Amino acid sequence: MSLKKSNLAQAWLVLLLATLFGTALAGIQAKLGPVIEANKVKETMAKIPVLVLGEDLAAELAADNQALTVKSRMIEVKKNGTTKFYTVYDAWLPDGKMVGHVVKADGQGYADKIELLVGLDAQGDTITGLFVLDQKETPGLGAKILEDNWRGQFKDKATQKTLSVVKGGGAKDDQIDSISGATISSRSVAGIVNTAVANVVPRLQINDGPDDNKTPKVQSEEPGKDKERS
Amino acid sequence: MADQPTALERFIQGILPENPVYRQLLGLCPTLAVTNGMKPALTMAVSVAFVLVCANVVISLIRNLLKPHLRIVVFTLTIATFVTVADRLLAAYMFQMSKTLGPYIPLIIVNCLIICRCEVCGSKQNPFIAAADGLGQSLGFGLALASIAAVREILGTGMLMGFKVLPAFWPDWVIMVLPPGAFITLGLLLGLVNYIDFKREEARK
Repeated sequence: MSLKKSNLAQAWLVLLLATLFGTALAGIQAKLGPVIEANKVKETMAKIPVLVLGEDLAAELAADNQALTVKSRMIEVKKNGTTKFYTVYDAWLPDGKMVGHVVKADGQGYADKIELLVGLDAQGDTITGLFVLDQKETPGLGAKILEDNWRGQFKDKATQKTLSVVKGGGAKDDQIDSISGATISSRSVAGIVNTAVANVVPRLQINDGPDDNKTPKVQSEEPGKDKERS
Repeated sequence: MADQPTALERFIQGILPENPVYRQLLGLCPTLAVTNGMKPALTMAVSVAFVLVCANVVISLIRNLLKPHLRIVVFTLTIATFVTVADRLLAAYMFQMSKTLGPYIPLIIVNCLIICRCEVCGSKQNPFIAAADGLGQSLGFGLALASIAAVREILGTGMLMGFKVLPAFWPDWVIMVLPPGAFITLGLLLGLVNYIDFKREEARK
Protein backbone atom coordinates (compact mmCIF):
# COMPACT_ATOMS: atom_id res chain seq x y z
CA MET A 1 0.00 0.00 0.00
CA SER A 2 2.76 2.40 0.92
CA LEU A 3 4.51 1.59 -2.33
CA LYS A 4 1.43 2.53 -4.32
CA LYS A 5 1.16 5.83 -2.54
CA SER A 6 4.77 6.82 -3.05
CA ASN A 7 5.29 9.63 -5.52
CA LEU A 8 7.67 7.58 -7.58
CA ALA A 9 5.16 4.79 -8.12
CA GLN A 10 2.48 7.24 -9.13
CA ALA A 11 4.72 8.96 -11.59
CA TRP A 12 5.79 5.80 -13.41
CA LEU A 13 3.98 6.82 -16.59
CA VAL A 14 5.61 10.25 -16.63
CA LEU A 15 9.03 8.70 -16.09
CA LEU A 16 8.49 6.05 -18.73
CA LEU A 17 7.21 8.56 -21.29
CA ALA A 18 10.04 10.97 -20.54
CA THR A 19 12.55 8.20 -21.21
CA LEU A 20 10.82 7.05 -24.39
CA PHE A 21 10.33 10.55 -25.79
CA GLY A 22 13.85 11.55 -24.82
CA THR A 23 15.29 8.57 -26.67
CA ALA A 24 13.15 9.26 -29.72
CA LEU A 25 14.21 12.92 -29.79
CA ALA A 26 17.86 11.94 -29.46
CA GLY A 27 17.39 9.72 -32.50
CA ILE A 28 15.78 12.53 -34.48
CA GLN A 29 18.53 14.96 -33.51
CA ALA A 30 21.18 12.45 -34.60
CA LYS A 31 19.44 12.15 -37.96
CA LEU A 32 18.56 15.82 -38.59
CA GLY A 33 21.42 17.56 -36.74
CA PRO A 34 23.90 17.28 -39.63
CA VAL A 35 21.29 18.58 -42.11
CA ILE A 36 20.58 21.61 -39.90
CA GLU A 37 24.31 22.21 -39.46
CA ALA A 38 24.76 22.08 -43.25
CA ASN A 39 21.98 24.69 -43.62
CA LYS A 40 23.81 26.96 -41.21
CA VAL A 41 27.13 26.53 -43.03
CA LYS A 42 25.35 27.34 -46.30
CA GLU A 43 23.87 30.50 -44.84
CA THR A 44 27.25 31.44 -43.34
CA MET A 45 28.88 31.06 -46.76
CA ALA A 46 26.18 33.27 -48.29
CA LYS A 47 26.69 35.98 -45.66
CA ILE A 48 30.50 36.10 -45.69
CA PRO A 49 30.88 38.57 -48.62
CA VAL A 50 28.53 41.10 -46.98
CA LEU A 51 30.15 40.63 -43.57
CA VAL A 52 33.73 41.23 -44.68
CA LEU A 53 33.20 43.59 -47.64
CA GLY A 54 29.99 45.43 -46.70
CA GLU A 55 26.78 45.55 -48.76
CA ASP A 56 28.10 47.71 -51.62
CA LEU A 57 31.38 45.95 -52.35
CA ALA A 58 29.73 42.54 -52.01
CA ALA A 59 27.08 43.53 -54.56
CA GLU A 60 29.80 44.85 -56.87
CA LEU A 61 31.72 41.61 -56.64
CA ALA A 62 28.59 39.58 -57.35
CA ALA A 63 27.80 41.83 -60.33
CA ASP A 64 31.26 41.09 -61.74
CA ASN A 65 30.41 37.41 -61.45
CA GLN A 66 33.26 36.84 -59.04
CA ALA A 67 33.33 35.29 -55.62
CA LEU A 68 35.52 35.30 -52.57
CA THR A 69 37.62 32.26 -51.87
CA VAL A 70 36.62 31.02 -48.45
CA LYS A 71 38.28 28.41 -46.29
CA SER A 72 37.27 27.39 -42.82
CA ARG A 73 39.46 26.30 -39.96
CA MET A 74 39.08 25.61 -36.27
CA ILE A 75 40.83 27.76 -33.72
CA GLU A 76 41.40 26.14 -30.38
CA VAL A 77 41.28 28.37 -27.32
CA LYS A 78 42.43 26.97 -23.98
CA LYS A 79 41.39 29.07 -21.02
CA ASN A 80 41.03 28.27 -17.33
CA GLY A 81 41.29 24.60 -18.01
CA THR A 82 38.52 24.50 -20.60
CA THR A 83 38.95 24.27 -24.32
CA LYS A 84 36.70 26.15 -26.70
CA PHE A 85 36.66 25.79 -30.46
CA TYR A 86 35.84 28.61 -32.84
CA THR A 87 35.13 28.08 -36.50
CA VAL A 88 36.87 30.82 -38.45
CA TYR A 89 36.28 31.46 -42.13
CA ASP A 90 39.09 33.24 -43.97
CA ALA A 91 38.18 35.13 -47.12
CA TRP A 92 40.38 36.12 -50.05
CA LEU A 93 39.58 38.31 -53.02
CA PRO A 94 39.78 36.70 -56.47
CA ASP A 95 43.27 38.21 -56.90
CA GLY A 96 44.50 36.36 -53.82
CA LYS A 97 44.49 39.28 -51.38
CA MET A 98 43.15 38.49 -47.94
CA VAL A 99 40.13 40.65 -47.11
CA GLY A 100 38.94 39.38 -43.79
CA HIS A 101 37.69 36.70 -41.48
CA VAL A 102 34.34 35.61 -40.16
CA VAL A 103 34.19 34.06 -36.70
CA LYS A 104 31.28 31.90 -35.64
CA ALA A 105 30.60 32.51 -31.96
CA ASP A 106 27.85 31.55 -29.58
CA GLY A 107 26.73 32.17 -26.04
CA GLN A 108 23.74 32.24 -23.76
CA GLY A 109 21.10 34.83 -24.55
CA TYR A 110 17.98 35.70 -22.58
CA ALA A 111 15.99 32.73 -23.83
CA ASP A 112 18.33 30.33 -25.55
CA LYS A 113 21.71 30.08 -27.20
CA ILE A 114 22.53 32.95 -29.58
CA GLU A 115 24.75 32.13 -32.55
CA LEU A 116 26.57 34.99 -34.21
CA LEU A 117 28.84 35.56 -37.17
CA VAL A 118 31.40 38.29 -36.49
CA GLY A 119 33.16 39.79 -39.50
CA LEU A 120 36.75 41.02 -39.00
CA ASP A 121 39.11 42.80 -41.38
CA ALA A 122 42.27 41.12 -42.66
CA GLN A 123 44.43 42.20 -39.70
CA GLY A 124 41.71 41.59 -37.15
CA ASP A 125 41.78 45.27 -36.10
CA THR A 126 38.18 46.18 -36.85
CA ILE A 127 34.80 44.50 -36.75
CA THR A 128 33.36 44.66 -40.25
CA GLY A 129 29.90 43.28 -39.56
CA LEU A 130 27.65 41.18 -37.40
CA PHE A 131 25.03 38.64 -38.36
CA VAL A 132 22.71 36.63 -36.13
CA LEU A 133 22.66 33.03 -37.26
CA ASP A 134 20.30 31.63 -34.65
CA GLN A 135 18.34 33.09 -31.73
CA LYS A 136 15.15 32.54 -29.79
CA GLU A 137 14.89 35.89 -27.98
CA THR A 138 11.53 37.42 -27.05
CA PRO A 139 9.71 38.57 -30.18
CA GLY A 140 9.35 42.36 -30.27
CA LEU A 141 12.02 42.92 -27.62
CA GLY A 142 15.15 40.78 -27.63
CA ALA A 143 14.52 39.68 -31.21
CA LYS A 144 15.42 43.24 -32.24
CA ILE A 145 19.05 42.06 -32.18
CA LEU A 146 18.22 40.88 -35.72
CA GLU A 147 17.56 44.40 -36.97
CA ASP A 148 20.10 46.06 -39.24
CA ASN A 149 20.02 49.30 -37.24
CA TRP A 150 21.10 47.65 -34.06
CA ARG A 151 23.55 45.16 -35.55
CA GLY A 152 25.07 48.01 -37.59
CA GLN A 153 26.45 49.58 -34.41
CA PHE A 154 29.10 46.86 -34.24
CA LYS A 155 30.46 47.76 -37.66
CA ASP A 156 33.81 49.60 -37.68
CA LYS A 157 34.38 49.10 -33.95
CA ALA A 158 38.03 48.56 -33.01
CA THR A 159 38.82 45.13 -31.64
CA GLN A 160 41.41 46.65 -29.24
CA LYS A 161 38.75 47.84 -26.84
CA THR A 162 36.13 45.84 -24.99
CA LEU A 163 32.66 46.91 -26.04
CA SER A 164 30.27 47.98 -23.31
CA VAL A 165 26.51 48.37 -23.46
CA VAL A 166 24.93 51.67 -22.41
CA LYS A 167 21.28 52.56 -21.85
CA GLY A 168 19.46 55.57 -23.17
CA GLY A 169 21.40 56.31 -26.33
CA GLY A 170 24.50 58.42 -26.86
CA ALA A 171 26.85 55.50 -27.29
CA LYS A 172 30.47 56.54 -27.86
CA ASP A 173 33.37 54.81 -29.63
CA ASP A 174 33.51 51.57 -27.74
CA GLN A 175 29.89 51.52 -26.63
CA ILE A 176 26.74 49.90 -27.94
CA ASP A 177 23.24 51.25 -27.33
CA SER A 178 21.10 48.65 -25.62
CA ILE A 179 17.70 47.79 -27.02
CA SER A 180 15.12 49.27 -24.66
CA GLY A 181 13.34 46.46 -22.86
CA ALA A 182 15.99 43.97 -23.87
CA THR A 183 19.11 44.88 -21.92
CA ILE A 184 19.97 41.24 -21.28
CA SER A 185 19.80 40.30 -24.95
CA SER A 186 21.90 43.36 -25.88
CA ARG A 187 24.51 42.56 -23.24
CA SER A 188 24.58 38.91 -24.32
CA VAL A 189 25.36 39.80 -27.91
CA ALA A 190 28.03 42.35 -26.93
CA GLY A 191 29.48 39.80 -24.50
CA ILE A 192 29.64 37.06 -27.13
CA VAL A 193 31.35 39.47 -29.55
CA ASN A 194 33.85 40.61 -26.88
CA THR A 195 34.75 37.06 -25.89
CA ALA A 196 35.10 35.90 -29.47
CA VAL A 197 37.25 38.88 -30.42
CA ALA A 198 39.44 38.52 -27.34
CA ASN A 199 39.90 34.81 -27.93
CA VAL A 200 40.28 34.70 -31.69
CA VAL A 201 42.07 37.89 -32.76
CA PRO A 202 45.42 37.10 -31.05
CA ARG A 203 45.31 33.64 -32.61
CA LEU A 204 44.57 34.71 -36.16
CA GLN A 205 47.56 33.57 -38.16
CA ILE A 206 47.30 35.43 -41.38
CA ASN A 207 48.24 33.33 -44.35
CA ASP A 208 49.90 34.58 -47.49
CA GLY A 209 47.25 33.24 -49.79
CA PRO A 210 44.37 30.85 -50.10
CA ASP A 211 46.65 28.11 -51.39
CA ASP A 212 48.88 28.18 -48.34
CA ASN A 213 48.26 24.87 -46.67
CA LYS A 214 50.94 25.15 -44.03
CA THR A 215 48.56 26.42 -41.36
CA PRO A 216 47.49 23.52 -39.19
CA LYS A 217 43.88 22.34 -39.17
CA VAL A 218 42.86 24.02 -42.39
CA GLN A 219 39.81 22.34 -43.79
CA SER A 220 38.72 23.24 -47.24
CA GLU A 221 34.98 23.87 -47.20
CA GLU A 222 34.45 25.60 -50.50
CA PRO A 223 37.22 25.67 -53.07
CA GLY A 224 35.83 28.76 -54.82
CA LYS A 225 36.88 29.82 -58.26
CA ASP A 226 40.43 28.79 -58.93
CA LYS A 227 40.64 29.83 -62.55
CA GLU A 228 41.25 33.44 -61.53
CA ARG A 229 44.66 32.61 -60.10
CA SER A 230 47.80 31.22 -61.64
CA MET B 1 -19.68 7.44 -23.21
CA ALA B 2 -23.06 7.50 -24.90
CA ASP B 3 -23.27 11.27 -25.05
CA GLN B 4 -19.76 11.73 -26.49
CA PRO B 5 -19.65 12.99 -30.10
CA THR B 6 -18.67 10.58 -32.87
CA ALA B 7 -15.60 10.94 -35.05
CA LEU B 8 -17.47 12.72 -37.84
CA GLU B 9 -19.15 15.11 -35.43
CA ARG B 10 -15.79 15.90 -33.84
CA PHE B 11 -14.25 16.53 -37.25
CA ILE B 12 -17.02 18.86 -38.45
CA GLN B 13 -17.30 20.71 -35.15
CA GLY B 14 -13.65 21.69 -35.31
CA ILE B 15 -13.92 23.36 -38.70
CA LEU B 16 -16.63 25.95 -38.05
CA PRO B 17 -19.10 25.34 -35.19
CA GLU B 18 -16.25 25.11 -32.67
CA ASN B 19 -13.55 26.87 -34.67
CA PRO B 20 -10.52 27.21 -32.38
CA VAL B 21 -9.86 30.85 -33.27
CA TYR B 22 -13.27 32.32 -34.07
CA ARG B 23 -15.32 30.34 -31.54
CA GLN B 24 -13.04 29.25 -28.73
CA LEU B 25 -10.55 32.14 -29.05
CA LEU B 26 -7.72 29.70 -28.41
CA GLY B 27 -4.24 29.75 -29.88
CA LEU B 28 -4.28 33.50 -30.40
CA CYS B 29 -0.53 33.98 -29.97
CA PRO B 30 0.40 32.36 -33.32
CA THR B 31 -2.80 33.73 -34.83
CA LEU B 32 -1.62 37.28 -34.19
CA ALA B 33 2.08 36.74 -34.64
CA VAL B 34 2.61 34.82 -37.86
CA THR B 35 -0.31 35.93 -40.03
CA ASN B 36 1.52 38.81 -41.74
CA GLY B 37 1.97 36.55 -44.73
CA MET B 38 0.25 33.50 -46.18
CA LYS B 39 3.35 31.29 -46.24
CA PRO B 40 4.29 31.58 -42.55
CA ALA B 41 0.61 31.22 -41.62
CA LEU B 42 0.24 27.99 -43.59
CA THR B 43 3.52 26.62 -42.25
CA MET B 44 2.32 27.35 -38.73
CA ALA B 45 -1.05 25.72 -39.47
CA VAL B 46 0.63 22.55 -40.77
CA SER B 47 2.99 22.41 -37.77
CA VAL B 48 0.10 22.82 -35.35
CA ALA B 49 -1.88 20.15 -37.23
CA PHE B 50 1.04 17.71 -36.96
CA VAL B 51 1.49 18.34 -33.24
CA LEU B 52 -2.23 18.33 -32.47
CA VAL B 53 -3.07 15.09 -34.29
CA CYS B 54 0.00 13.24 -32.97
CA ALA B 55 -0.47 14.43 -29.38
CA ASN B 56 -4.19 13.71 -29.42
CA VAL B 57 -3.66 10.15 -30.68
CA VAL B 58 -0.85 9.39 -28.23
CA ILE B 59 -2.88 10.74 -25.30
CA SER B 60 -5.85 8.71 -26.47
CA LEU B 61 -3.75 5.53 -26.60
CA ILE B 62 -2.62 5.95 -23.00
CA ARG B 63 -5.88 7.48 -21.72
CA ASN B 64 -6.62 4.57 -19.39
CA LEU B 65 -3.25 4.92 -17.67
CA LEU B 66 -3.60 8.62 -16.91
CA LYS B 67 -3.88 9.72 -13.31
CA PRO B 68 -6.04 12.82 -12.82
CA HIS B 69 -3.43 14.86 -10.97
CA LEU B 70 -0.63 13.93 -13.37
CA ARG B 71 -2.47 14.26 -16.65
CA ILE B 72 -1.35 17.82 -17.45
CA VAL B 73 2.30 16.81 -17.02
CA VAL B 74 1.78 13.95 -19.46
CA PHE B 75 -0.02 16.24 -21.95
CA THR B 76 2.77 18.81 -21.84
CA LEU B 77 5.46 16.17 -22.16
CA THR B 78 3.79 14.65 -25.21
CA ILE B 79 3.13 18.01 -26.85
CA ALA B 80 6.68 19.24 -26.20
CA THR B 81 8.08 16.12 -27.84
CA PHE B 82 6.12 16.58 -31.04
CA VAL B 83 6.83 20.32 -31.12
CA THR B 84 10.54 19.58 -30.92
CA VAL B 85 10.19 17.12 -33.80
CA ALA B 86 8.34 19.76 -35.86
CA ASP B 87 10.94 22.40 -34.99
CA ARG B 88 13.87 20.18 -36.02
CA LEU B 89 12.14 19.12 -39.25
CA LEU B 90 11.53 22.76 -40.21
CA ALA B 91 15.12 23.72 -39.40
CA ALA B 92 16.40 20.84 -41.53
CA TYR B 93 14.15 21.13 -44.57
CA MET B 94 12.69 24.66 -44.54
CA PHE B 95 15.59 26.60 -43.02
CA GLN B 96 14.57 30.12 -44.07
CA MET B 97 10.96 29.56 -42.98
CA SER B 98 12.18 28.23 -39.66
CA LYS B 99 14.17 31.46 -39.19
CA THR B 100 11.11 33.55 -40.11
CA LEU B 101 8.90 31.77 -37.60
CA GLY B 102 11.69 31.87 -35.01
CA PRO B 103 10.50 31.13 -31.48
CA TYR B 104 6.86 30.76 -32.52
CA ILE B 105 7.36 27.10 -33.42
CA PRO B 106 8.75 26.17 -29.96
CA LEU B 107 5.92 28.28 -28.53
CA ILE B 108 3.37 25.80 -29.91
CA ILE B 109 4.08 23.91 -26.68
CA VAL B 110 2.10 26.51 -24.76
CA ASN B 111 -0.67 26.79 -27.37
CA CYS B 112 -3.70 26.10 -25.21
CA LEU B 113 -5.65 24.80 -28.20
CA ILE B 114 -3.64 21.56 -28.12
CA ILE B 115 -3.82 20.98 -24.38
CA CYS B 116 -7.55 21.75 -24.58
CA ARG B 117 -8.15 19.06 -27.24
CA CYS B 118 -6.08 16.54 -25.25
CA GLU B 119 -8.23 17.27 -22.22
CA VAL B 120 -11.60 17.40 -23.99
CA CYS B 121 -11.21 14.62 -26.52
CA GLY B 122 -7.87 12.77 -26.44
CA SER B 123 -8.05 11.70 -22.81
CA LYS B 124 -11.67 10.52 -23.13
CA GLN B 125 -12.21 8.93 -26.54
CA ASN B 126 -10.55 6.32 -28.73
CA PRO B 127 -7.59 7.10 -31.02
CA PHE B 128 -9.71 7.17 -34.19
CA ILE B 129 -12.04 9.84 -32.81
CA ALA B 130 -9.06 11.68 -31.34
CA ALA B 131 -7.40 11.77 -34.77
CA ALA B 132 -10.61 13.03 -36.40
CA ASP B 133 -10.92 15.67 -33.70
CA GLY B 134 -7.32 16.74 -34.19
CA LEU B 135 -7.76 16.97 -37.95
CA GLY B 136 -10.99 18.96 -37.68
CA GLN B 137 -9.60 21.40 -35.15
CA SER B 138 -6.37 21.86 -37.16
CA LEU B 139 -8.37 22.47 -40.31
CA GLY B 140 -10.43 25.08 -38.46
CA PHE B 141 -7.25 26.64 -37.10
CA GLY B 142 -5.65 26.60 -40.55
CA LEU B 143 -8.69 28.23 -42.15
CA ALA B 144 -8.76 30.93 -39.49
CA LEU B 145 -5.03 31.64 -39.91
CA ALA B 146 -5.34 31.64 -43.69
CA SER B 147 -8.29 34.05 -43.65
CA ILE B 148 -6.46 36.52 -41.41
CA ALA B 149 -3.21 36.15 -43.34
CA ALA B 150 -4.99 36.69 -46.67
CA VAL B 151 -6.56 39.96 -45.51
CA ARG B 152 -3.33 41.21 -43.99
CA GLU B 153 -1.03 40.24 -46.85
CA ILE B 154 -3.34 41.57 -49.59
CA LEU B 155 -4.05 44.89 -47.90
CA GLY B 156 -0.53 45.28 -46.53
CA THR B 157 1.54 44.41 -49.59
CA GLY B 158 -0.95 44.05 -52.46
CA MET B 159 0.34 40.51 -52.92
CA LEU B 160 -0.75 37.00 -52.02
CA MET B 161 1.86 34.21 -51.73
CA GLY B 162 4.22 36.57 -53.57
CA PHE B 163 1.90 37.22 -56.53
CA LYS B 164 0.56 40.71 -57.21
CA VAL B 165 -3.22 40.61 -56.78
CA LEU B 166 -4.08 44.29 -56.34
CA PRO B 167 -3.51 46.92 -59.06
CA ALA B 168 -0.26 48.87 -58.91
CA PHE B 169 -1.94 52.09 -57.72
CA TRP B 170 -2.86 50.38 -54.43
CA PRO B 171 -1.10 52.20 -51.60
CA ASP B 172 0.20 49.35 -49.44
CA TRP B 173 -1.28 49.62 -45.97
CA VAL B 174 1.93 48.80 -44.16
CA ILE B 175 0.14 48.80 -40.81
CA MET B 176 -1.65 45.62 -41.83
CA VAL B 177 1.56 43.57 -41.82
CA LEU B 178 2.68 45.16 -38.54
CA PRO B 179 1.36 43.92 -35.16
CA PRO B 180 -1.57 46.39 -34.96
CA GLY B 181 -2.87 45.00 -38.26
CA ALA B 182 -3.20 41.59 -36.64
CA PHE B 183 -5.45 42.91 -33.90
CA ILE B 184 -7.53 45.01 -36.31
CA THR B 185 -8.03 42.10 -38.73
CA LEU B 186 -8.81 39.56 -36.02
CA GLY B 187 -11.31 41.94 -34.41
CA LEU B 188 -13.09 42.74 -37.65
CA LEU B 189 -13.23 39.11 -38.84
CA LEU B 190 -14.45 37.98 -35.42
CA GLY B 191 -17.17 40.63 -35.60
CA LEU B 192 -18.10 39.51 -39.10
CA VAL B 193 -18.40 35.85 -38.06
CA ASN B 194 -20.60 36.81 -35.11
CA TYR B 195 -22.71 39.11 -37.29
CA ILE B 196 -23.37 36.35 -39.84
CA ASP B 197 -24.31 34.01 -37.01
CA PHE B 198 -26.65 36.59 -35.50
CA LYS B 199 -28.39 37.10 -38.83
CA ARG B 200 -28.78 33.36 -39.32
CA GLU B 201 -30.24 33.02 -35.84
CA GLU B 202 -32.75 35.79 -36.59
CA ALA B 203 -33.74 34.23 -39.91
CA ARG B 204 -34.47 30.96 -38.18
CA LYS B 205 -36.93 32.55 -35.75
